[in-house]
Amino acid sequence: MPFVYQKNLITFSMIGLSFAFFAACLPSVKAQNITNITGVGSSFAAPLYQNWAASASKEIDIKVNYQALGSSAGKNQVIAKTVNFGALDMPTSTEQLTSANLLQFPTAIGGVAVVVNIPGIKENQVRLTGDIIANIYQGKITKWNDPKIAGLNKDIILPSIDIAPIYRADGSGTTQVFTSYLSKESADWKKNFGANTSIAWPVGMGGRGNGSVASTVKNIEGGIGYVEYAYALQNHLNTAQLKNISGSFVSINENSIKAAAKAADWVHAKNYSVDLINTKDDDSWPIVSTTYILLPVYSQDSKAVIKFFRWGFDHGDAIATQLHYVPLPIVVKEKIEKTWEYAGVASKEAKK
Amino acid sequence: MAIFQSKNRKNNQILPYLFTSLTWCSGALIILIFIGLIIELCWQGRQAFSVFGFEFITSTTWNPVKQQYSAGVSLIGTLLSSCIGVMLALPLSFGCAYCLSELMPRFIARYMTATIQLLAAIPSIILGMWGFFILVPLMSKYVQPFLKQVFGNVPYVEILFSGGTFGVGILTAGLILAIMITPFITAMMQESFANTPSMLKESAYSLGATKWEVMRHVTLPWVQKGVIGGIVLGWGRALGETMAVTFVIGNAHHAGWSLFTSSNTIASLIALEFSESTAGSLKMSSLMALGAVLMMISFIVLFCSQLLLKQVLKSR
Repeated sequence: MPFVYQKNLITFSMIGLSFAFFAACLPSVKAQNITNITGVGSSFAAPLYQNWAASASKEIDIKVNYQALGSSAGKNQVIAKTVNFGALDMPTSTEQLTSANLLQFPTAIGGVAVVVNIPGIKENQVRLTGDIIANIYQGKITKWNDPKIAGLNKDIILPSIDIAPIYRADGSGTTQVFTSYLSKESADWKKNFGANTSIAWPVGMGGRGNGSVASTVKNIEGGIGYVEYAYALQNHLNTAQLKNISGSFVSINENSIKAAAKAADWVHAKNYSVDLINTKDDDSWPIVSTTYILLPVYSQDSKAVIKFFRWGFDHGDAIATQLHYVPLPIVVKEKIEKTWEYAGVASKEAKK
Repeated sequence: MAIFQSKNRKNNQILPYLFTSLTWCSGALIILIFIGLIIELCWQGRQAFSVFGFEFITSTTWNPVKQQYSAGVSLIGTLLSSCIGVMLALPLSFGCAYCLSELMPRFIARYMTATIQLLAAIPSIILGMWGFFILVPLMSKYVQPFLKQVFGNVPYVEILFSGGTFGVGILTAGLILAIMITPFITAMMQESFANTPSMLKESAYSLGATKWEVMRHVTLPWVQKGVIGGIVLGWGRALGETMAVTFVIGNAHHAGWSLFTSSNTIASLIALEFSESTAGSLKMSSLMALGAVLMMISFIVLFCSQLLLKQVLKSR
């Protein structure tokens, strides 16, 4: 008996020792010089940052752990300094930036698509205006063959079915952008509902997240909703044409979003808080927004964050386009580089 | 041997002491967590309670732009959807339990019971997705138009079935909840059916009673309280259900009489709005206050169920 015990003991200790050896060896070889940074925030930008992170970790020894908890969570946590950067879908006010010692810069541009589900109507066939959409979401227009809609769409026959307005039920930057657009287009909307991450919708039903809004629109005949452009593409939803401020009807695609980005006044915008809604260009899509990064100025880790986003600006445009974001114009990227230097967060050795 | 025993005796002096102190600790911890939760929710929600007062519960406005929040709509939605769920689940689980314990052959019943228990193990998000992709289109195409046609002209009742037939709404949420809580109620009922003394049943049968009569006059009075306990337990679960309901209720702040209108429940409203609420804001405080309200309702329901269960045990 004692012999058997001894034999077992030897076997176990051998196995244990070999595990211990590997455990001691492996990480020490691999984990050299890798900086870990964490970010929290916008779910709209999450695919972009996660894909950038996956590609960047191979090249620049920075491991980014990004969690899409929502824009407000990003702001809360970066102010509380529990994360290295926060990602937001809307600009933060200058007062708040200075009081919390934060730096803000944009990373990518995206469009919000208006999607519809009308039987017999194809992609980009139906034409709408901001005022009509505001009326639909206020419950003033309830049928698809309403004279106001039919007047704009004389070449197609709209069925007389109920309109089901669908919105984001969870607080979201997409809602903020969409309602800002409606507020600009309709004085009634501005007075009664305004713009916010979530508002008191008078009619319709809500879905949780872009995906849920997309599938609800797909599910319900007569539905209308708003989602990020990428979701409209992925779910093969029928987008609607919108009348932009120059008076022409445009459909949403990379070019019309790019046109809006170009037409915006980046030079004079303080802290990059540009307004990309209703930019004055013949081809520009009216509902466009940027997504931002917030990071603390006085923090050692901010240099790693900057290194990561510099990599993203230099090498990440292809990934961004693949994911249906529109990369920032080169002028803006150059301006951001200057901002980093001015704030003293840019690390010297990474500069090219 | 002698050495071993004496060693053991020595341990005996420490172990029981350790054991009792550990169990005391875990018991106290549970109570501390419970009290801490209530205090935390009320404390975090104090801003909302002080700004809106009692109107927080009675008012139905939820307007983040104007910073007006209240629990009214989601409170009604919570109570209504869970009530519909219980009302639909009750006959279903009664039939299920009676069939399983009285009518079916033993060996089939055993597998059927296992299947029903498995239904209880389905994660609620799966039921939610199923509800969204299968149940909602079915409701909008067949069930809701049918109900509208049948009850559309009946005075007073028609108001319950008015509005657009988009498939989502309180009724659909109630249906999903019914499917979720049926296994729980069935299990409770089966237990009480099994506890009915076979002597009573057999004497009734020997007097020439039919199956229906035995069920109506012997089994049902005997299981009554167990059934009520099961209902209340199921109801307690339905009150707090979040994900499955979020998928199908429509998530709107409307209060209406129609069962087809989109509404909201407290749990799903908290889940939806939490990530986009700034720390320390009135909205966050209102969400915490909503949590406190939900906890109070659940507490009342569970308290009632405990009382009923106690009575059931006493009556045996």
